[in-house]
Amino acid sequence: MSVAPPEVTPTEVTRPEVVEQVENPWITIVWNDPVNLMSYVTYVFMEYFHYPREKAERLMMDVHEKGRAVVSNGTREAMERDVTAMHGYGLWATLQKDD
Amino acid sequence: MAMLRPLGASDRSMDLILEEVERELLISLTAQLIDFVGTAADSGEDPLVALVGIDPEAVPSEDPALHRLLPDAFRDDEEASLEFRRFTERDLRDAKVRNAEAVRASLGDDGLVVHLSEELIPAWLGFLNDTRLVLGARLELTEENQDEFADLDDDDPRAALYGLYGWLTYLQETLVQSLLA
Repeated sequence: MSVAPPEVTPTEVTRPEVVEQVENPWITIVWNDPVNLMSYVTYVFMEYFHYPREKAERLMMDVHEKGRAVVSNGTREAMERDVTAMHGYGLWATLQKDD
Repeated sequence: MAMLRPLGASDRSMDLILEEVERELLISLTAQLIDFVGTAADSGEDPLVALVGIDPEAVPSEDPALHRLLPDAFRDDEEASLEFRRFTERDLRDAKVRNAEAVRASLGDDGLVVHLSEELIPAWLGFLNDTRLVLGARLELTEENQDEFADLDDDDPRAALYGLYGWLTYLQETLVQSLLA
């Protein structure tokens, strides 16, 4: 038995930039906040993105000192997955088109 | 004070040794977090929502603590954030509830040694972090005002909350440090 997905169609229709995505990848940004531990942020970057410790620490320091860091890039769908994962860990993340 | 005992085996599991009052506190905090972020099964929600995990009614919370746990996914695009929220918030809430439930289960009915298996550690870290985020929002912690909290008088109502926040910070930091070591 199959069930038609509810309310999905309009969403698909309002995303016309499929072709454009290839040339304009999207990015995931992690923002600084006063609660998350520097060690925990490093751990999340190593654990989820499988970044080596050095890269994870560099990104963490960017978040800490510059207030934000671009932690990944790719298609909109991939960045939606990354942002969702970051929210699962409790990090404050957003996605946007790379300008 | 809670202590961690790395088991030093080939995996990353460890034992967390708690005092009774700490165990009771953690049990109470898991229940509070589940109440706070969970979608009660008996809320009369559309069964379709439960089935497919899409919630067309989802809106950003006006409570800063809940909004911090379930943040907007787009910085300057309210409409895209709302759409994203409707597709993902339900799953995000469920994931946070599952973490708290796993922590609660690991605390058992008695016994002060909690075995943190490799599989259990992410749930513990997520739960500790979510609880600290809620407390941080309640205390209105910022990068700049943290020092003030350390100097609060004991009769300041925020002192107890900050004490709890500090203890959870210690637990989380100890856990992460032993993973990164």
